Amino acid sequence: MILDSKIPAGPLAEKWTKHKFSSKLVNPANKRKYDVIVVGTGLAGASAAASLAELGYNVKAFCFQDSPRRAHSIAAQGGINAAKNYQNDGDSIYRLFYDTIKGGDYRAREGNVYRLAEVSVKIIDQCVAQGVPFAREYGGLLANRSFGGAQVSRTFYARGQTGQQLLLGAYSALSRQVANGKVKLFPRTEMMDVVVIDGQAKGIVTRNLITGAVETHAAHAVLLCTGGYGNVFFLSTNAMGSNVTAAWRAHKRGAFFANPCFTQIHPTCIPVSGDHQSKLTLMSESLRNDGRVWVPATVEIAEKLRKGQIKANDIKEEDRDYFLERKYPSFGNLVPRDVASRNAKYVCDEGRGVNETGEAVFLDFRDAIKRDTRKIIEQKYGNLFDMYKQITGEDPYENPMMIYPAVHYTMGGLWVDYNLMTTVPGLYALGEANFSEHGANRLGASALMQGLADGYFVIPYTVGDYLAQLAPTKVDENHPEFARAKEEVKQGIERLLKINGSKPVDYFHKRLGKIMWDKCGMARTEIGLKEAKAEIQALKKEFWSNVKVMGTNEELNQTLEKANRVADFLELGELMVDDALNRNESCGGHFREEYQTPDGEALRDDENFAYVAAWKYLGEGQDEELVKEELVFENVKLTQRSYK
Amino acid sequence: MKLTLKIWRQKNAADKGGFATYTADQVSKDMSFLEMLDVLNDQLTEKGEDPVHFDHDCREGICGMCSLYINGKPHGPQQTTTCQLHMRSFSDGETITIEPWRAKAFPVVKDLVVNRSAFDRIIQAGGYVSVNTGGVPDANEIPIPKTIADLAMDAAQCIGCGACVAACKNASAMLFTSAKVSQLALLPQGQVERKARAEKMVAQMDAEGFGACTNTGACEAECPKGISITNIARMNREYFSAVVSSENI
Ligand SMILES: Cc1cc2nc3c(=O)[nH]c(=O)nc-3n(C[C@H](O)[C@H](O)[C@H](O)COP(=O)(O)OP(=O)(O)OC[C@H]3O[C@@H](n4cnc5c(N)ncnc54)[C@H](O)[C@@H]3O)c2cc1C
Ligand code: FES
Repeated sequence: MILDSKIPAGPLAEKWTKHKFSSKLVNPANKRKYDVIVVGTGLAGASAAASLAELGYNVKAFCFQDSPRRAHSIAAQGGINAAKNYQNDGDSIYRLFYDTIKGGDYRAREGNVYRLAEVSVKIIDQCVAQGVPFAREYGGLLANRSFGGAQVSRTFYARGQTGQQLLLGAYSALSRQVANGKVKLFPRTEMMDVVVIDGQAKGIVTRNLITGAVETHAAHAVLLCTGGYGNVFFLSTNAMGSNVTAAWRAHKRGAFFANPCFTQIHPTCIPVSGDHQSKLTLMSESLRNDGRVWVPATVEIAEKLRKGQIKANDIKEEDRDYFLERKYPSFGNLVPRDVASRNAKYVCDEGRGVNETGEAVFLDFRDAIKRDTRKIIEQKYGNLFDMYKQITGEDPYENPMMIYPAVHYTMGGLWVDYNLMTTVPGLYALGEANFSEHGANRLGASALMQGLADGYFVIPYTVGDYLAQLAPTKVDENHPEFARAKEEVKQGIERLLKINGSKPVDYFHKRLGKIMWDKCGMARTEIGLKEAKAEIQALKKEFWSNVKVMGTNEELNQTLEKANRVADFLELGELMVDDALNRNESCGGHFREEYQTPDGEALRDDENFAYVAAWKYLGEGQDEELVKEELVFENVKLTQRSYK
Repeated sequence: MKLTLKIWRQKNAADKGGFATYTADQVSKDMSFLEMLDVLNDQLTEKGEDPVHFDHDCREGICGMCSLYINGKPHGPQQTTTCQLHMRSFSDGETITIEPWRAKAFPVVKDLVVNRSAFDRIIQAGGYVSVNTGGVPDANEIPIPKTIADLAMDAAQCIGCGACVAACKNASAMLFTSAKVSQLALLPQGQVERKARAEKMVAQMDAEGFGACTNTGACEAECPKGISITNIARMNREYFSAVVSSENI
């Protein structure tokens, strides 16, 4: 099978314009005859649902939280990129495109990334028009900050709550369409399967989380905007409910899953404090603008620190190793995330970690406070500092923060073409749920940009092109495929409830997470990955014979919800390992220890691996089939990434 | 630490519900409140008892999903969300009472989980600027004084958790509603629909069965995001000037 990315021919800067022009249109009077299902109400889903409803389509929007406003996007802190060049510092659409391709270690498509950079400027306009209160300068114009992997200031922000404000903007647009009767909302509803008829997506199966009712919904197109799968690691910065279920069930119905092993480990998170830990908290990357990352210069000093014999502030300047500034003088503390994370791991592996567990480095604001005053730092990061204090009980104005890398984002996801369509016609994937624009490593502030680009500015065109080719007649929900898919979902639930083993769901989730973190995390080896595969298979068996799910289906049952999700994570985990084993190179967040330069940087193999690894599901217990989409670079030259 | 937990258990909306008592030992000071409940739930599951249901998602104090009325205060003793509350705020041997939000407009779904969809309907009544995607002016076309943008942001920080309602003896939703009304009334983008917005949102708030505001300030005191009651004063001004010129009715 050949994967057709459908990237339009022609010069980079004209592709999207030409594509929009050649897309088919649905006549305005006919739009109301088409139904679209949007699963997920994060930035991608809410923006898509609102925009499609504004155009006149009938939209049904689903989320598992009690309100669409609570989607995980709400937690994004730092900001959103856009090539506005308001700062006159040399930014341009091309530069944002270039930074993103390079930051992704040359594993993303040029055409998609250029389009993302191109529409980025419109996103900011849209959000401001909705009343999103972005940070401003005294002159009344919008303020910017810089983020890792870029040398220009192009990040727009709303204090440390950018995701919240953008999501509330999209949620308000969505709410307006609910009031207009164009969107029907289904909160506390979980998508359990996709209904595929004659090879085309025609609907979904859902479970009402309050009553347990399993139901079907028919539509002409289904959009999965269901976020990332970082929770396969159990501990991550993702919200507790973030899951892979929607994407995974779609995968089992024929949607290829691309680059599953590309996960992002974020360098600045609050370190793990004990076994009870349920999630990890991110400290926004924007902190690296002013905070300096360091560890003691020697193992001896670090040991004293760990034993509590000395404090960070006792350590003299010459005994501090600002390792990022030392190794990467031109980017310093603002190197991309993968580089920052890996280097934190190296210094901790050397025994220079700074907390009790030895798995933490300092992020120090002493110099910034001296330079700018405490007031300025408070204005920029006040809420982040408060959050840090709340969680750790330490005051970061007085003592340096302690941070350590944690799983944060998944670049992999459902394979989509330029139209954001998966390999199942009529089934689309938007936002973090797809694999598209970030290659092997995402730059900070680019996920919010991508989610909103997909929802506001890409899907309204591309879904129209597809719908225009379908007859404007209702999808028949009486088709036997709906009943069959529904029955399969019910059986799956029954199977879980019947096991009645002895271990709670989290027991399995934690063990899976540990396997993934140790063997498919920041650094991977062939041996470790092979072990991981066997361990996951054994764990999966144990899960299906010994998990204990209390209660029944016909009620609010949070254990059952979790069990469903963990069952899918177990299958995904194995695919991630297969993908990591297959990719015999290091690139971005995927670091195979066998493939590194003499100074420990990722060593790519463009000759053999400049492709998207798309995996095709073949059936229960079978290894999946690898289908390659070769990446073509016509505009940028592939070079060894250097931030020195 | 060892704690006694008195937790509200209610099978479903129709059930009468009541308190059940549990002991939690091996509680560490570094645990978050919800992690303490996670441990309890794992123990209950292993014993074959139904775990305690509660809402939560981000566990970072921003999604507004967690609730819990702890020892007579929404989100417990600190001015944070329950998910950001840590066990170091409690002492060994303490008894902790945990209840759901109590308000007519927030019916209990199960145990500590309530239905807050009334908040969504208040926003649907007018908590937006009516612009479609595309065709909007450049973001820097209308300068906004920093002080105004900051004030709008102060109001916009509301996470919609409902603690204000739970804290209020009248179960009023004025703080929640006024935060959105204020944010949009402050910004130039919100001017066009300013009057209609205040009227419609207030009407919806009343229709949902939230109580009246008697200015006790309990909502502000318990708000985990520090939303100020000056927003309520602003909404009242907006509302009365709207009613006087009455565009809606
Ligand atoms: C702590 C944190 C900070 C971040 N900060 C930044 C930042 O500063 N800048 C940046 O660019 N990016 C940031 N990111 C990344 C960014 O927030 C996410 O990648 C992005 O918000 C994902 O948006 P989304 O719309 O794709 O999915 P989400 O916001 O995750 O939404 C998923 C939606 O799908 C629904 N859903 C999922 N599964 C199902 C199902 N089976 N059935 C029904 N509904 C379902 C959920 O209910 C939800 O509504 C951050 C991420 C984290 C974790
Ligand atoms: S769980 Fe999100 S605010 Fe508490």
